[in-house]
Parts: sequence; structure tokens; C-alpha cells
Amino acid sequence: MTDLLRIEGISKSYPGVKANDDVSFTIGQGRIHALLGENGAGKSTLVKMIYGLVRPDSGRMVMHGAPYQPADPRAARAQGVAMVFQHFSLFDALTVAENVALGMDNPPPLRDLARRIREVSEGYGLPLDPGRVVGDLSAGERQRIEILRCLLQDPKLLIMDEPTSVLTPQEVTILFGTLRQLAAEGTSILYISHKLEEIRSLCDEATILRHGKVVGSCNPRDTSARAMAEMMVGASLRAPARTATEPGPVALEVRNLSLPATHPFGTPLRAISLAVRQGEVLGIGGVAGNGQDELMLALSGEVRSAAETVRVLGQPVGDQDPNSRRRAGMVTAPEERLGHAAVPEMSLTENAVLSGTVRKRLARRGFIDWRAAEDWAAEIIATFDVRTRGTGTPAAALSGGNLQKFVLGREIMQSPAVIVVNQPTWGVDASAAAYIRQALLDRAAAGAAVVVISQDIDEILEIADTFAALNEGRLSAPRPVAGLTLEQIGLMLGGAHGMHQAEPEALHAAVPAASLPESPHVPS
Amino acid sequence: MFLLEKRPEASRLWTWGTPVLAVVATMIAGGLLFALMGKDPFLAIRAIFWDPLFGPNASYFRPQLLVKAGPLILIAMGLSFGFRAGIWNIGAEGQYVIGALCGAAVALAAYPAENLLIFPAMILAGALGGFLWGMIPAFLRIRFGTNEILVSLMLVYVAENVLSYMAHGPLKNPQGYGFPGSRNLQQYPSAHNAEVIAGTGLHWGVLAALAAVVVGHVLLNRHIFGFQIRVAGQAPRAARFAGVNPDRLVAICLGGSGALAGLAGIFEVSGPGGQITDAFNVGYGFTAIIVAFLGRLEPLGILLAGLLMALTYIGGETAQLVVGLPAAAIQAFQGMLLFFLLAFDLLTHYRIRRRRIPA
Amino acid sequence: MTLGGIDIVMLIASMMVAATPILLAATGEMVAEKAGVLNLGVEGMMIMGAIGGFGAAVLTGSPVIGFLAAAAAGVVMALLFAVLTLKLLSNQVATGLALTLFGLGLSALLGQGLQGIKPPPTARLPLGPLADLPVLGPIVFGHDWVVYLSLALVVAVRWYLARTRGGLVLRAVGENPDAAHALGYPVVRVRVLALAFGGALAGLGGAYLSLVRVPQWTEGMTAGAGWIALAIVVFASWRAERVLLGAYLFGGITVLQLRLQAAGVAIPVQILSMAPYLITILVLVVMSARGGRARLQAPAALGRPFVAVR
Repeated sequence: MTDLLRIEGISKSYPGVKANDDVSFTIGQGRIHALLGENGAGKSTLVKMIYGLVRPDSGRMVMHGAPYQPADPRAARAQGVAMVFQHFSLFDALTVAENVALGMDNPPPLRDLARRIREVSEGYGLPLDPGRVVGDLSAGERQRIEILRCLLQDPKLLIMDEPTSVLTPQEVTILFGTLRQLAAEGTSILYISHKLEEIRSLCDEATILRHGKVVGSCNPRDTSARAMAEMMVGASLRAPARTATEPGPVALEVRNLSLPATHPFGTPLRAISLAVRQGEVLGIGGVAGNGQDELMLALSGEVRSAAETVRVLGQPVGDQDPNSRRRAGMVTAPEERLGHAAVPEMSLTENAVLSGTVRKRLARRGFIDWRAAEDWAAEIIATFDVRTRGTGTPAAALSGGNLQKFVLGREIMQSPAVIVVNQPTWGVDASAAAYIRQALLDRAAAGAAVVVISQDIDEILEIADTFAALNEGRLSAPRPVAGLTLEQIGLMLGGAHGMHQAEPEALHAAVPAASLPESPHVPS
Repeated sequence: MFLLEKRPEASRLWTWGTPVLAVVATMIAGGLLFALMGKDPFLAIRAIFWDPLFGPNASYFRPQLLVKAGPLILIAMGLSFGFRAGIWNIGAEGQYVIGALCGAAVALAAYPAENLLIFPAMILAGALGGFLWGMIPAFLRIRFGTNEILVSLMLVYVAENVLSYMAHGPLKNPQGYGFPGSRNLQQYPSAHNAEVIAGTGLHWGVLAALAAVVVGHVLLNRHIFGFQIRVAGQAPRAARFAGVNPDRLVAICLGGSGALAGLAGIFEVSGPGGQITDAFNVGYGFTAIIVAFLGRLEPLGILLAGLLMALTYIGGETAQLVVGLPAAAIQAFQGMLLFFLLAFDLLTHYRIRRRRIPA
Repeated sequence: MTLGGIDIVMLIASMMVAATPILLAATGEMVAEKAGVLNLGVEGMMIMGAIGGFGAAVLTGSPVIGFLAAAAAGVVMALLFAVLTLKLLSNQVATGLALTLFGLGLSALLGQGLQGIKPPPTARLPLGPLADLPVLGPIVFGHDWVVYLSLALVVAVRWYLARTRGGLVLRAVGENPDAAHALGYPVVRVRVLALAFGGALAGLGGAYLSLVRVPQWTEGMTAGAGWIALAIVVFASWRAERVLLGAYLFGGITVLQLRLQAAGVAIPVQILSMAPYLITILVLVVMSARGGRARLQAPAALGRPFVAVR
């Protein structure tokens, strides 16, 4: 095996954080190398350095025996490094071909490029129409553009940053097929993920990062998921405990809710119906961009519909604003913490006021009782173990996990009858995620109806009683989680968008054990 | 190489330090500009900032300070709420003109009757006129999503034409020997916005401005409305989450700032201005934008910024007398001030560091 | 060919002249907005172009040098905006307003003593007998070179944005600057250049006012033309050919109301003078009421600041 890229003692600091600390490892030619670590472990910083977006403070990289120090992504691409980003670097209003052209340094004329896109995409089983406007495509199709953009440059090293978080299980199978084909042709792949089973089925070797340092490396094929998880997290994890409770009467009912798309590339909601009983946890799965945000807005009251479409404890609230719904007993926690669930530059006290005025009586005749607000913020911080200097700290200064604990704490401590959360553990470290899941389960045990919208299937399987899938703005009929197979879930999620073949056998090979209860789960 | 690093929270020191820095920088840059024009820069700066307050004719100029600051503060207070929430009313000049026209129309309709109710009715009509003029962009934005910046600005030109039409037509003084312009309200006791304390420049409009500062301060810091405004400006999605109705916010901010601008207009025309003429408006509505920013959109800051801006207006006049500085110079000076302020604002939100060279 | 006492051919010819300043400014602003920067300082750049061009032309006796100086003045103003918004990360709306207020003040200051002077005339293109053709002559062949330049610029901008690599990158930067940065494109540099181009065209537009259309210098002579140019970009849904349509439509209204004033129609002068502004509002409303489709054309990152992480 020849070495393609050697990373030698790379370090990079940002104010207050050491993102990478003396990181070294080697990627062999034609190998699929996993870079494994929790959120904030320094994976993204590291690959940005390889791709020339960030410069290391110290250390060096060697490619094919020669020093490698790309000044910018252009230089990296010139040396054969290509990257598929976690958050797509696509341009919604431009066509597929234009997007591909932007990712190339010397693109052929658009007409020739369109022909090559067709050829290469068919060759790798990733069909794409070069003339389509990107904003209209599904997440899976959008990812194909990114991959194609890389493939057209014959890369020597392909970096993939969390590529499966937006894919259905069927689409993951197809992607893995493509990646194996590429590796067989001699391309090296640096595969970044925190999904252990994926890595076990795909990768040849793995380097594990924690707090910016390499804490181990292994052959993932003969290392157990639990062993890798413990290296990654640095401690053994406890699965959330739940007490079996008999569900009560229906607390949240949505009946035939339809809404037009709110923005040009949004998803309309189509005749959504669901009912959640007290003590029950409903998990709503789905690939990003299938109406999760829209459903969340419709439930929170930020977008309104007809009165009878949403009922809380039997009371119609579909035409009510968020505060009236809070008064009726329903609280929500949106996905985006900074800028939606919290105001980045405001203090925690002010952020407590954001959704707490109604149920916590923080305002009298329109005048805010700042002392009461501060007391309540302090209570949230204490109860939910939020690590911060105090109530005066701005939300932006908290880590993702701590801010999410604060946001969830703020909602849960209002003792709601219904709580709806979107992506509750997205971008949160493992211990905070476990804490948050437990808090949601506790709230359900205390008699609340809980709706968890999540793109993380494992998370839903772990805490939900019933599962429903969102696909292109439609919600499937809810099914009990017990007894549900991953393949069934994949089909509920819409199978492989825009594809013809999806082989169930391959699917099992790709993601065999993720749904098994004894497999330790690491949050996204 | 220098590097910008976002501060987790805005620097308190620089929030108030930048306006001072901006004023100093403007003095230096303005001095250079004046020097280029062949004027003595030190004399000119002294004429603008010192002479109106402490110079030989200060007793004439000092009352003017309040007269000029009153409308600026009143309008800027209204604008500041919208600016915080990302609602850009830049047509205050038009609302000011329409307010003056509506109020003056009430007075001229009542002329020559003398009644204590005439003045309050004028004030009400002025506020209402400004409010309605401000509600035009508000309505269009809410109903059709039309950009309020462009609409409110276009309406300034419309208002100026209405003003000219009124001065030449319906509101023209029948005893004015055919000259355009209305009767002088200063000579109509029931309609005259006289000084509350003679010789100080303190007329009712100045009191209204002070009241606006106090009310604004309370609203912004204690009331849920002020909280919503701040949230809407910093994170519009979070504002919706908090239950803010964005349409209502647009209506309140544009209508409210229109009403305050209209008030400024009627206080001006019934007091220091005296009559409706082609040349009634002198750009207070635009200068108030600078005042609002210079005052950091904070009520107390606006009070100080309004006084400072008034000083540059009066200082411009003294500088005209003392060093022969053209009247236009002061407008350039004010624009420069806003530039420096925006530039130095960087220090409030970012820390500047030297970049270390990688080893 | 006359209609209600108004010569239609002359009306169309003068419409083109009336529209040219706005056409230039709007074309430039459209390019800047396509790159994702909202420069509300068009009015300020135009008036600086008006005074800069006027001063230089009077001083040198050459209108060509005047126009060059005007473009330079516009560029300087635009770079000021660029430094503030792109380097110092100031608010784009506030900075645009500051640019306008500053430009109005500074131009008035620089224009002291230039009032009442006549600038050197800008020559018509010597198209010989073509200009004497009936109807087509005055409309198509009877103009000065700036009119043709403005039309050529519209064509060039359309071609550049739709067909070239540079145009694609510019659109990408306005659409999603973070993605463009991640792909290695120099977002700030692209935006600075787009702004400078916008400034140059606004400067030219301003100079066309003071050197050809009026032609003399008066304080605040742009009278909202810069703002109307901004409105026309919205009307045009950020498409060059529709900028042309919008500008000529607007020029037509301006000329028509002036002709009506001159013809002594029984409508007060002030009502006629406010017509262009009212119609601009009307057009904005119609465009925005069409909703989604029109908004789709707006660059997604318009007005949003961009900070690169290094």
C-alpha cells in the first residue's frame, strides 16, 4: 500500500479552543479512511485544512512524498483533493450544470459539460438532469451534484463530511456502492462521520479524534461499535431509561393540515393528520427538506392555518399565535438554536423571556418583571445543568449542547401538556444529548404528549413510542416503533429519491445493526 | 495582517466610545476638507463647535440649539424603534411635511377665530397626517411585500410637491400680495407654538421631544414592546417564535415614526417656521437618520446626538459668518460623521487582533 | 406625427435622453446587487458624478474627460461603501444612506461657484445623413455617444452575466457567498469589483444629467434619480433587458409630464411633477404583489453581510 497523504503533527487554535492538537495520521492510496469523532472534536477543522480553507498553526502535510500546503481550495483541487461538504455548497437559483461548473477550475463550455454530467452520473449510478434548478431537488439529488462535481475532476483524494445525514437508508446504500467503486479505481476517500455502523461497513481504517487530539486508530471491520464509541466519547454511555406509562387521552391532534410553501424552494404541507396522547412520544422522521421546518412552524403558531386543524387538549388553536398556543398548553423548541429558539446576542435572562412570558407570568400589563425573569433563568440553568458563567451570558457564548439544554429546559420547565421539538440533539455532544433525551422521556412520563421531529432515525427508535415519516410534505400513518425494521423505515421515508433500484439485501449489508437495542448509540 | 474576531457580546466601552471617536475623526477630516478649501480649519471648527455656545453672540445662538434639536430628537426617536427592528423608514422628511400641512390647514381653516382648542386640534391633525403618510409604506409592505425604503423615500418627493402646491394654491395667504406661502401662524395667537419660557427656545415641540425620550427609554427597557423590537432586529425568526406579529410591528414602527415626524412638522410650522412655503422643509427628516444612528438608537443617546447635530446646524451658520464657510459644508460634515460612526462601529462588535504568522 | 399637440417622434427621442441617466445607474446597481450587495447610495454616487463630471468638463473643456472624471468619482464613492460594508462590516442599509447624505452635502460644497455655467456640449455621433431620416433619424441615429454607450452596456452586462465564467461566479457570490467561499472564490474581491462597476455607471449617469440633460449644475439636481434607479432594478427582477424597459418607461413618463406642463394642460404643475414618483411606487407595488416568482429572481444573499472564517 502506498501512502497518499500524511498528516504530521497538525495543530490549529481558535480563540479559547484548541481545534486540533498535534494530529497525525496517514491515508493510503485507494483506501477508505474514516475520521471519527463527536461534534466539536475537530474533524471539520482538520478537513478544512486539507482542503485549503484554513491554514494550520503548526505541523505539516505530505502528499506523495512532497510537502503539501494548499493556499486555497483552488490549490487543493489542483493537487487532486476534492470535497463534499456537510452543508452543501450549492447555489439554489442556479442549474445543476452551472453548479458543477463552479466547482471546477477549467470547466468546458456548458453544453459539453451537460453531456459529461449525463455520462459520468450514469456511469456511477447517480442520475442527474444538468438543466434542473438546484433549489427544486431533493437532498439526495443535491448531494449527487456535489459528488459529481468532484468526480469530474478525477480526484486522488475525496473528502466526504457527514454525507449520510441527509440520506434515506436506500440512498446510503447507493452512495456506498459508488464510494466502493471509486476506491477500487484507486481513489482515496476520507470519510467523516460519527455513525459507527456505517464506518464499520464501509471503511478500511479509522482515526478517532476527541477534543482535537487523536485518541486512537483501528480497523473498524474488527472493532466493535461499543469500543469505538467509548474511544470517541471517552466514557461509557448509559442508554436513556424509560418508565412504562399507560397513555392518557389525546393531547395534540392535527387534522388535515395543508399549507402552501412559504418560500420559493420550500415544501408545502399536504393533508397532515396525527394524534398524540398524554405520556406518548411520537417520532417524526424524514430526510431534511421534506417539510420538517414547515410542520414545526405550523405547530408552533409562527405560521397559522384554520382553527380546527390543530387542537391542544381539545381546544382549537390552528389560527392562534404562538403565545396563545403556549397558554393552551403547547410549547415548542425549533431546530435552529441561534436565531430562532434563542437570540444570539441576548443574555440568558432575556432569552428566558422569549417564550416564557405567558406561562411563567414574567410580564404584568406589558411591563417585564426582569427580576422574576432572572430568577427563572437561574432556575433553568441550575435544573438543567447548563454550564455557563451566569444569567447575563449571551446565548452565543454557550456551547451547542449547553444552549440546547437551556432551550429545552426553558420549554420543559413551563410544565406543558404538549411539547414539540425539532432536531433536539442536532450538533450536541453525546452526554448533553443523552441528558436531553432523558428529559423529554421524563416529561412524557409526567403526562405530556411529546413530538420529536428528527432526521436521526436512531434517536427516534431510541425514545419514540410511535413513528411516522415525512416525505415531500406528506406524513405517513404512524406505526408503533416496536417491531419496525430499518428497511420499512427507509421505504416510509420515500426510498431512494429519483432512483429506480434499491436493493433490500444491500441495505442490510450497509447498515446492519444500527437498530439493535444493545448497540450503543452516539448522537448526531 | 490583522484579523477580525467577533465579540460574544457587544463591547460596552465601544458602544459609547465610537460616537465620541467619530466626532473627533470628523473634526479632523472636516478640518482637512476646510483647509483644502482655503479656510482656516481651526477657526472653522471653533466656529462650529465653540462659538454658538460660548462665543460673542452665544446669547442669540443658544436658544436656537433647542429649536433645532427639538424636531431632530422627536423624529429620530420614532425612527430608532423601526431601525432597531429592521424596518427602514427613510421618508420622515415627507411625513414631517405632511404633518405640518395638516396641522397648518386646521389652523388656517379656523382663522381668525381664537379658541384654546385650536392648538391641540392642530397638534392632533399634524400627528395624524404624519401617521397616515407613514402608513402608506407600511400598508404596501404588509399587503404586497413592497420595499418600504423605496416607497417611503419616493413619498418625500411627492410630499414636497404637495407642499409646493399648497403654498401656491389652497393654503396661500389671500392677503399675501400674490406671493406664495401661507399666513404666518406666529401672528395668530391661538395657533402659535410660542416659547414656554421666553428666550430659551423651549417651545412645545421641545417638550414633546423630551417626553418622547423618556417614554422611549421606558418602552425600550421595561416594556414587552421594546423587548420585541430588540428581538425582531437581532433575530427575526426568534421574534416570530416569541409571538411577535411582524406585520403589526411594521405598522407600529412606520405609523409611529410617521406620527412623531408629523408632530415635529406641526410644532415647527406653528412655531419657529411660522408659515407654509416652498422652502419650509430643511432636511430634518434626513438629518434625524444620522441622529438616530449617532445616538446608538438609544433614547438618551439620541437626546445627546440631537443636541450635537443641532450644534452643527447653528455652527454652520456661525462658520458662514466667521470664516465664510458655504452652507453646504455642514451637510457634508454631517454625512462624514455618519460614515466615521459606521466605520468605527466595527470596534463594538469585533476585536482586532494581529495575525500570528504560522511557524 | 402629433398627438394632442405633442410630437411623438420627438417624445420618443427625448425619452431616450431622459432615461439614460437612470438606465446607466440602474444597470450598474443591478450588477452590484447580483453580487449580493445592496448599495442604497446610488443617489450619492450619481450626484458626485454629476458634480465631478461637470467640474472636469468645465475645467478642461472636454465632455469626454468630464464623463471619465464622473465615472472615477462614482468609483471612489463606491469604494468608500465597499470598504465600510465589506471590510469594516457596517450595515449595508445605513451605509448606503450615509453615502447618499454625504454625496449630497459634498457635491453641494464642491459645486460652489459652478452654478449658472454652461458646460461644453456633448457631441452627437456623426452619423451623417442617417440622422436626417424621417422618424428613424431622430430616434435611432440622432443621439450623443453616451446614449449608445448606455445601450451597449446593457447588452454587455446581459451577455457577461449569462454567458461568461466571471458572470457565473458573480451570480454565485450573490446567491450563496459562504458556498462560493468554500469553493475558493474571492467573495469580497468580486463584490468590490461589482460595486466599483456600479459606482462608475452611477457616476456616468449623474454626469449625463449635468452635462447633457439639464445641462448645468444645481444643488441636489439628481432629485431622486438614484432612488428611482434602485426601484427599477426591483421592477426589472434583476434582468438587464428589463432594466432597459423600466428605464425607458420611466423616461417616457418624465418626458410626457414635462411636455404636458409645457403644453399648459390644466393640471397643477406639482401634480405632474410628482407623477414619476407615484408611478414608481405603483410599479414597485405591482412587482411585489406578483410575489414568489419575482422574488425568486432576487439574489438570495442580497444585503446580507459576509464574514470569511480563516
